[in-house]
Amino acid sequence: MAVNAKTLNESEFFYGHKACAGCGGSLAVRIALKVLGENAVAVLPAGCMSAVGFNYPQLCFGNNAIISTFAGTASMLTGVEAGLRAQGITDFHAVGFAGDGGTADIGLQALSGAIDRNDDILYICYDNEAYMNTGIQKSSLTPFGARTTTTPAGKNIHGNLRPKKNMFEIVAAHGIPYAATASVGYLNDFMRKVEKAKSIKGTKYIHILAPCPTGWGIQTDETVDVAKEVVDCGLWYLAEYENGAFTLNHHPKQFSDAAAYLKRQSRFKHLTDEDIDVIIRSRNEKWDFIHKNFQIG
Amino acid sequence: MKPYLRDHVPTSFADVPDVISYEAGYLVTKNAGWRNVRPVIDAQKCVGCLNCYLYCPDGVIRRSKTKVAVDYDFCKGCGICQRICKTGAIKMEAEK
Amino acid sequence: MAKKFLSGNEAFAYGVRLARPQVISAYPITPQTIVVEKLSEFVEDGSLNAEFIHVESEHSALSCAMGASSVGARAFTATSSQGLLYMAECLPYASGGRFPVVMMNANRSTALPWNIYGDQRDSLSQLDSGWIQAYAENAQEALDLALMSFYIAEQKNVSTPFMANLDGFVLTHTYEVVDVPTQEQADAFLPKYETNHKMDLKHPRNLAFSAGPDTNTYFKYKEHLGILHAKEAIGEAEERFETIFGRRYSGLTERYQTEDADYIIITLGSISGLVREVVDALRNEGRRVGLLRLRYLRPFPNEEIADAVKNAKAVAVLEKDVSFGNEGTVYTNVNSALQKADIHIPCSNYIGGLGGRNISADEIKTIFDELTLQRSTIQFLGIGGEENGS
Repeated sequence: MAVNAKTLNESEFFYGHKACAGCGGSLAVRIALKVLGENAVAVLPAGCMSAVGFNYPQLCFGNNAIISTFAGTASMLTGVEAGLRAQGITDFHAVGFAGDGGTADIGLQALSGAIDRNDDILYICYDNEAYMNTGIQKSSLTPFGARTTTTPAGKNIHGNLRPKKNMFEIVAAHGIPYAATASVGYLNDFMRKVEKAKSIKGTKYIHILAPCPTGWGIQTDETVDVAKEVVDCGLWYLAEYENGAFTLNHHPKQFSDAAAYLKRQSRFKHLTDEDIDVIIRSRNEKWDFIHKNFQIG
Repeated sequence: MKPYLRDHVPTSFADVPDVISYEAGYLVTKNAGWRNVRPVIDAQKCVGCLNCYLYCPDGVIRRSKTKVAVDYDFCKGCGICQRICKTGAIKMEAEK
Repeated sequence: MAKKFLSGNEAFAYGVRLARPQVISAYPITPQTIVVEKLSEFVEDGSLNAEFIHVESEHSALSCAMGASSVGARAFTATSSQGLLYMAECLPYASGGRFPVVMMNANRSTALPWNIYGDQRDSLSQLDSGWIQAYAENAQEALDLALMSFYIAEQKNVSTPFMANLDGFVLTHTYEVVDVPTQEQADAFLPKYETNHKMDLKHPRNLAFSAGPDTNTYFKYKEHLGILHAKEAIGEAEERFETIFGRRYSGLTERYQTEDADYIIITLGSISGLVREVVDALRNEGRRVGLLRLRYLRPFPNEEIADAVKNAKAVAVLEKDVSFGNEGTVYTNVNSALQKADIHIPCSNYIGGLGGRNISADEIKTIFDELTLQRSTIQFLGIGGEENGS
């Protein structure tokens, strides 16, 4: 039976944490752990989720959990998995939760190494599109045009000049057994993917877009709505990579208004019509690529 | 296995463990003070779809057979539950 | 026991195999490579049942070893020089987390200028990282240290990672006849690693958390106590070792002809062998000289140093290291030990062997000669000059 709100594990494993109200990252961690269950052994690098969940003596993980170095999520996960297996323990899920900076910037080398070794781990990137824990600085997953504290929007430069790094396809290019994208706006899709990852041997990677009200400039109650809208307007997509092939899981019949998605967030408020055109053109190019290269699920 | 509030706050020299390792899910503070508004559920309107339970970032909405209830010790009042509720069964009310 | 002709690296690898580590993660760097090559051969031929993880960097090597240790597995890694510096972030992480990981470090110079040969600036730059630091003199000691390191690190009241240092090339690549104990003997010496602090499926725990200003000092003080407890654990390990293997080690330091010595050279690592020869030669001439070898730099042998030199007229610290802008780090530490013990004798510093530069018997003899001048100087061997001193 498919995992859904009715069948989901009753237990809460990430509870009492100090994440900002409406935090998308904490929602992703909470749901993933409920799908993985009590034998999840979690590794979280320095970042939002470790900062809000591990302040002695307020320890907010009900399951086994450890903070790794910022760059060391994947390598510590490898050690956890190997260490348990070496002791004959097999009924566990080694899972990492790292943010966009911890994954696509400083943690990329270790992640690549783990995928290369095909270590039996699940790596979940909760992508809130900037270094939020340190005060909203640009990461390589910050999208084009976004204002951050290190990509200020002024007369000369309109926020971040570079597009978002394509982590999903970078990971897939390793020939990983399973990779997927997800959004906290579509939790049933995310839960299905975590459930699937549970049953696959080798390295699994799930990249979940997780809005940050503080960094994106939205109200605390808009997190899920915005995470849904980014998929509906085509600026993010829900897909899987398995057995060497890409599959699109969710195909909006018609994109909702991307400009509306952008304009509701204060990080994009400064964008000109030309900037928005650049974003829409790049979205359309991405979807041409998807139509050419992805199976449509 | 849910983390829960404890009576003892282990912060003296004797309490602090020798190693950076402690019992999982050990809570000593609530989050209720963060909140300006609180979600109030109208049981008449609730159809038990559980979307509020599913989408709560703090996991403070408990699932009972058909209805839901809020743990006000840890609810931060973000309002996601109200926004996702299709039947309008959740209202955010100002904290007094 | 079996006699084998082994290099320092190989001897260490044999010692590690006897300790039955469950996870080995390592990245290659000269002159450490042979120890990890040998261990992978042991894994391949089935004589070592361990997970060998081919990590993509030294940072990942130690991060992976900590992950394994966090679930209660015995973990080993090895590195050198730039590799040690590249993993530097993980060093205080491992000691702060009290993960009793063992690491062999092949002492090598650090860039720039590039240089693959031995000096001790790599490990000495990490002296404050919270690790136990031991320095082997020969291949036999390297093997024995490998086995003892796990015992010491894993003692419940120690729980501190262990860095075993072997001088690059001079020790790592030099062949000697080594006694290799049997697995039965090793098993009798080294019990299985047990800890209540690990992540355990039945008793879940949260590890490596944050601790704010109110509790932080408590955690750091307990870490300090842990490494201080290593002193007793080292003594206990060596007694146990002697009972089983018949070889006796002398704790944090090793004294050679210090009892009645007027002049003593304090040094560490493989150069001690040559100093011992010079001591013998000078003793034959009737000169009262001695050697104090520091086997451990952390925990630091304050009392042992003071006791060994308390009747001497002058001492010199000979080290392959300099803390730029000051003096040799070992020298700084030795001076502190003397000061605390109220010993006020001339204490000189000879900095030598940088980037693998040979230290000759004549140079050591000259140090003993200069000690008779009863003054304190700081000199670079081969450059010398009072202008370098103070």
